[in-house]
Amino acid sequence: MAKITFIEFNGTSHNVDAQNDMTLMEAAVKNMVPGIDADCGGACACATCHVYVDDKWLDKTGEREETEEDMLDFAFDVRENSRLSCQIKISDELDGLVVNLPEKQF
Amino acid sequence: MSGDVITTDAVIIGAGPCGLFAVFELGLLDIKCHVIDILDKPGGQCAELYPEKPIYDIPALPEVSGQELTDRLLQQASPFNPQFHYNEMVSELIKHGDNDFEVKTDGGLVFRCKVVVIAAGGGSFMPKKPPIPQIDDYEGTSVFYSVRQMEQFRGKNILIVGGGDSALDWVNNLQPLAASMTLLHRRPEFRAAPDSVNKMRALEEAGKVTFQLGQVTEILGENGQLTGVKGKNKEGEFEIPCDTLLPFFGLTMKLGPLADWGLNLEENLIPVDTEKFETSTPGIFAIGDINHYPGKLKLILSGFHEAALMAQQVFRYINPGERLMFQYTTSSSSLQKKLGVK
Repeated sequence: MAKITFIEFNGTSHNVDAQNDMTLMEAAVKNMVPGIDADCGGACACATCHVYVDDKWLDKTGEREETEEDMLDFAFDVRENSRLSCQIKISDELDGLVVNLPEKQF
Repeated sequence: MSGDVITTDAVIIGAGPCGLFAVFELGLLDIKCHVIDILDKPGGQCAELYPEKPIYDIPALPEVSGQELTDRLLQQASPFNPQFHYNEMVSELIKHGDNDFEVKTDGGLVFRCKVVVIAAGGGSFMPKKPPIPQIDDYEGTSVFYSVRQMEQFRGKNILIVGGGDSALDWVNNLQPLAASMTLLHRRPEFRAAPDSVNKMRALEEAGKVTFQLGQVTEILGENGQLTGVKGKNKEGEFEIPCDTLLPFFGLTMKLGPLADWGLNLEENLIPVDTEKFETSTPGIFAIGDINHYPGKLKLILSGFHEAALMAQQVFRYINPGERLMFQYTTSSSSLQKKLGVK
């Protein structure tokens, strides 16, 4: 279990409890966090669950895999800390994780 | 496209799994179909979003990829010789009378049919528009999301953004026509076919294409006429002069013109009954992810069931007064004959 903070582009923050083994995207959708569209339902096939991981957490959330890197080509304003939230698995290690949402998923 | 009207029994909107299975179910009842899809290929989301990804909940297929499921459905429907129209978006659906509909596409095709089956999934796949400020002001004059006529781009200073097949193909195909060609992509790797990437690299070496690493941040110009874009990368900001911008960021699903067809919509879904899967307009049916009813599950298998029941009602419309005899493909010689079983 991990407490996650999603911060919308306008600064509104949402604190949610996420179960281990669900994905960060699922945690957002289940808790109705606005700003995560997840059009493809978590298949790493659309890039509409794009988030920016807070720099302090980058070593814990790990590296992007190749398909995720490919999919990020479909996102806008991709940064060093960009991730697709459907590719991050929740674990106790991520308790306290903070992610920022882009202005819009597109 | 010619202005000839195509006359048929049923027009199916959407060549995804539900649309393809609808061809089969209607075919068993001798109902002829034309299928229209905005994509350039059959399969819908299965082919566009996850051709390589396995699906685990198709009855009797413990694991099947989106592409294989599509191929098998096409094979299953093939005895009925459906006519497919790809790269066409249905723009208008007009009811002229009972069991008399007119269907028009953006490419100029016109159909006259007795029933319409909407199997449009999440809507139309359309090009993604990058959220660059003021980009709307330039659409259609300097900014284009697809290429319909190459000649339109002759002598232009073109900037293409993206790293997939569309981006690379159009860099290679439009370069000979263009006054200048620049490709902008956020990383040095591309998702495109290796052959296209090699071609682009060769053009770059020959000095005919400029590759710029980075992302667009701003559009420059006025009155719809582009003069350049601003971009950035790790090294800093830069400016690329250009008069034409072609962003290729893949496709997204939008409801599209369907919203204007006078159907009852609830949260972008079409309510149907669960006996015939018919909409509020008799003769127009909706199956698969696009419909809604109490207990609806957006599963491919639900769409298959909906297609079978829809076909029963379509038969009644097309053969009024005729009794529909229920038959099994395992034992009915007439069904087997239609399927070409020897």
